Order: sequence, then structure tokens, then C-alpha cells
Amino acid sequence: MKTKYMNPYLAGFFLGLVLLATIFITGRGLGASGAIKSVAVAIVDGVAPVHAEHSLFFGAYVGPGKENPLKSWLVFEVAGVLIGGFISGLVSGRLKIVTESGSRIRPGMRWLFAAVGGILFGIGAQFTRGCTSGAALSGMAVLSTAGFMAMLAIFGAGYAGAYFARKLWL
Amino acid sequence: MGPFVPDLISDQLNLVVALVLGIGFGFVLEQAGFSSSRRLAGVFYGYDFTVLRVFFTAAVTAMSGVLLLGRFGLLDTGEIFVNPTWMVPTIVGGIIMGTGFIVGGYCPGTSVCAAAIGKVDAMFFVGGGLAGVLLFGEFYPLYKDFNDSTALGSVKVFDSLGMSQGLFVFLLIAVAVGAFAFTTRIEKRVNKTTAPSLEFNSRKHIAAGVGVLALGILFLFLNDRKTHLINKVSDEGYMAAHPVKAMDIDELAFRIIDREPNIQIIDVRSSDNFARLALPGSVNIPTGDFFSKEWSSPLSRRHVKKILLGESEKEERAACLLLEELGYENFAFLTGGFDAFKNTILMPSALVSTGSRWDKDINDFREKARTSILDMMEKNKKKESKEVKKKKIQGGC
Repeated sequence: MKTKYMNPYLAGFFLGLVLLATIFITGRGLGASGAIKSVAVAIVDGVAPVHAEHSLFFGAYVGPGKENPLKSWLVFEVAGVLIGGFISGLVSGRLKIVTESGSRIRPGMRWLFAAVGGILFGIGAQFTRGCTSGAALSGMAVLSTAGFMAMLAIFGAGYAGAYFARKLWL
Repeated sequence: MGPFVPDLISDQLNLVVALVLGIGFGFVLEQAGFSSSRRLAGVFYGYDFTVLRVFFTAAVTAMSGVLLLGRFGLLDTGEIFVNPTWMVPTIVGGIIMGTGFIVGGYCPGTSVCAAAIGKVDAMFFVGGGLAGVLLFGEFYPLYKDFNDSTALGSVKVFDSLGMSQGLFVFLLIAVAVGAFAFTTRIEKRVNKTTAPSLEFNSRKHIAAGVGVLALGILFLFLNDRKTHLINKVSDEGYMAAHPVKAMDIDELAFRIIDREPNIQIIDVRSSDNFARLALPGSVNIPTGDFFSKEWSSPLSRRHVKKILLGESEKEERAACLLLEELGYENFAFLTGGFDAFKNTILMPSALVSTGSRWDKDINDFREKARTSILDMMEKNKKKESKEVKKKKIQGGC
């Protein structure tokens, strides 16, 4: 069953317009990894607040007098991404609980590698202060050096690892 | 003029704005097919270059929009967030993320989008993301110094490369168009048939490519708003066609010693010269800083007459005309410039003798003004200046 996606140039143009509107209205770009970070901080704070407060990393975001980490711009934006993605899937008939992977591996393996990929992104995005949306794409829109460096590093590493990961996809 | 945060849009409303923009973001991502890990991974194997097409097009569209809006005064580009560079950490983080991309098949934004439509592998990816942050946080003291190293600040890519903004943008657009053409060919060969997303004829493609390149050439020659306006008002013909009100030296001296509240002396000389010698009550705003939001409040007070003080009358007139271009009102330039004022009032000057009956009065006045103003300047040295904290837009992670 072939699903009908939007023309990629058109989609890119619309994405560019959404990003432009974001910069024009709010003065900042889009992002995603920051929301995941905020949720992680909230989880640590909820499960072990004393540990969080004394942690060098988490302590900067939690503790008395600090705002709830979930009350952040990116958390609300990513909540929107969930909604927007869902609506698009709904109108395009793509809502389906399914595991997607290359034909050579079983779902269980796919889940493992997806989780590993997520862990790597969770770590890497801290060093880069953003991911493909927040650092690379938004950074390129404002011509920041960090944006272009992030883009080249991410895609460079992806291509470098492609041969070794081929069994996952081909 | 954008951005509307924080002055017109409160922090609370900004959260609602974030939600709405996020919905648009998620919708477009999913429409583009970024909710499919196989499709995303395709860019690394050549069977589906959707990621490259969408990413590059989005970056060029947004970038072009920002440049054009800035150039035509619709967006205050000095106020937008430019993500700062920590050179080595950015690269290391990027390499780790790139590995995560090829292994996991998603990035954070696309994983949320895919999870929203039911992709279980995406849900595992998001879970992994949370775990990754936790791991990073737990071992943070080990690499905190590394993480803060090689900080370059909010540098722009064309400055880092040592080229002009216009040239960089043009080259980027040219590279994008070239990459689109090149990767389309690879995709056809890898799939051995035309890729489904490419169902339009090559003539439309070439026309679009040429159009985009033309846009690139436009940016090559488009200067920024600051340069454009400063050049415009400094032009001899423009100055001749737009006379500006003058204020003479004695009048300014009188208003100073009279402590008139509705004047503001704006000294556009360099900060070094200002530090050496400045008039009481004057504020140092080099002409280039007129564009900054920092000064928009004091400059827009219409009942306050702004007296422009500079090295030369030409500099003062240009500054006045620039204020006019930027929409400010009620200004005048000082005849003779700063040095004329200094020599006439601040130094014990040669006595005026035009033979008119007012000579004695003028000389008496100037003597009185000299002592008064020098006294005021002495008193000002003892006062400390108050720092006003400006609200800066936060961005990034």
C-alpha cells in the first residue's frame, strides 16, 4: 500500500514558512530535544527531588523558587507537534500502531536500536545545545556557525555509519 | 516590527503561540513523510532523498525570509536568537546524534511526530531520548568543562568563513540546487525507476532551479538595512534635498545652563572622544546604534528635542536624517559641530567684537556659560550611572 506524502519541496517550503513565522513572532526558532530534556528533568525531580536539587546538571533547573520545567516554550511546542502529527496522520489515513523497520530484522531488534538511537540523541543534543530542528535547522535559518556545524556533523556521522547500519534498513 | 516577544506577547501567551506553531510543525513533518523511519534513513542510502529536499528547502526558505524581512525593516534582526557556538562540543554532539540517526532512524522532532501516528519504534526512540538526558545529567561533572569549552559566542557562519553574508547565501542556494539535481539522479539509479515523489517533468524542475538561483543572486547584492539607510542619508544629494533644523551654539549653551528638561543632547562621536570630553546631560549613541531597540524608548519621545552633536555638521545632519528615516521626530543639529561649541563656550574664547551693541552681552553670557557648564560637568563626574537591564530573547534548548 503506497501512501501519498506531500511533494518534499513543497513540504520543505511550508516547513520553512512555519520556522519563519516562529522567528518573526517569537524571535526564536523551533526545537525538539529541549522538550525531551525538560521532561527528563521533571521526571528526575518527581522521582528523586533531593538528588535532583543537588545534582550539578539537574540542580540548575529544579529546586525552590524555580519554575516548573514543563512550563517551557519547547514543551508546549512539542505538545503541538504531537497534535499536528496526529491530525496529519488522521486526515491522510496513516494512523496505525506499527513497528517500522528494514526487512532483515525483527521488531524486537528494531525497538532496541530505536532506543539506542534515542539515547545517543539525548546525549548528543546536550553537547550541541539542540538537535536537527533546534540547532541545525533553526540555526541555519539565522546563519549561525553552530547551526551549520551541527548539520554537517550530524549528516556526516550518519553517512559514515550507514555502511555499518545497513542491515537495519536495507 | 517583529519579533513580538517580549513586548507585545507575554511569556504566558508565548506558550500558546508555541503550541500553535508546534501543531503546524508537526503537521508539515508528518505530511512530508517524516513519520517514517525507513523514509528518513533513505537519505543515507540513496533510495529516498526526502530528508535532504525538505531540510535544505526549509532552511533556505526561512533564511531568505529572515533576510528579506530584516532588510525591509519588518523584523528586528538584532533581537532574534542566534544559537551560540561551542565549537568542539557542537561537533562531538553532532557526531553522536548522527550515529543516533542512522541507528535509530529518527531525530527528536520526527520521533514525536511518528509516535503520534502510532509508530512503536518511535516511542522507543523517545524513551531512549529521555534515558540519554538522564545519563548525560548523571555523569555531567565528568565533562562539564569540556561542554563549556571553545565558546565562540553567537557567531555567524559567514563571519567564521570570512566572507560576506550575501556571498554565503548565494553559495548555499547554489549548493542546494546542485544537490537537488545530483541526488535526484542518484535516487533514480538506486531505485532503478523514477522515485514516486518526483512525478513532475524535468522542465518544471529546471525552471524552479533557475528561479531559486535568481533569488540567490538577489541576496548576493542585497545589503542589510543598516548599510542601506546609512548610505542613503549620507549621500550629498539627499542631504541637500532634505534640510534639517539647526541650533546655534549660544542657544544650546543657554538651554544647558537653564536646565531645560525637554532637550536631549545625543552625542554621535566615538565612545573614546565622548569619554574624554562630553557635555552635561548628553548621551553617547554612535549613529549605528540608532537601530538598536535599546534606544527606541528615549528616541521616540516626541516632545523632547534631540540635539545631534558630532565631529562635523555633515555627520550631525546625516544622523538627523537617519532618525527621520527610522520614524523619530523633533531633532536639530548643532551648528559648527562639537569642536565649535568647545572652542566658543568651554574654552576661554576670543572676545566677540562685531561692533554691534550686543557684543558685551554675548561675551558676558559666554563667560557665565563657561563657568556654569564646566561646573556641571565636574558635578556629573561624581554621579554614577544607572544600568538598565534589558530583556533578551531566550532560545535553543
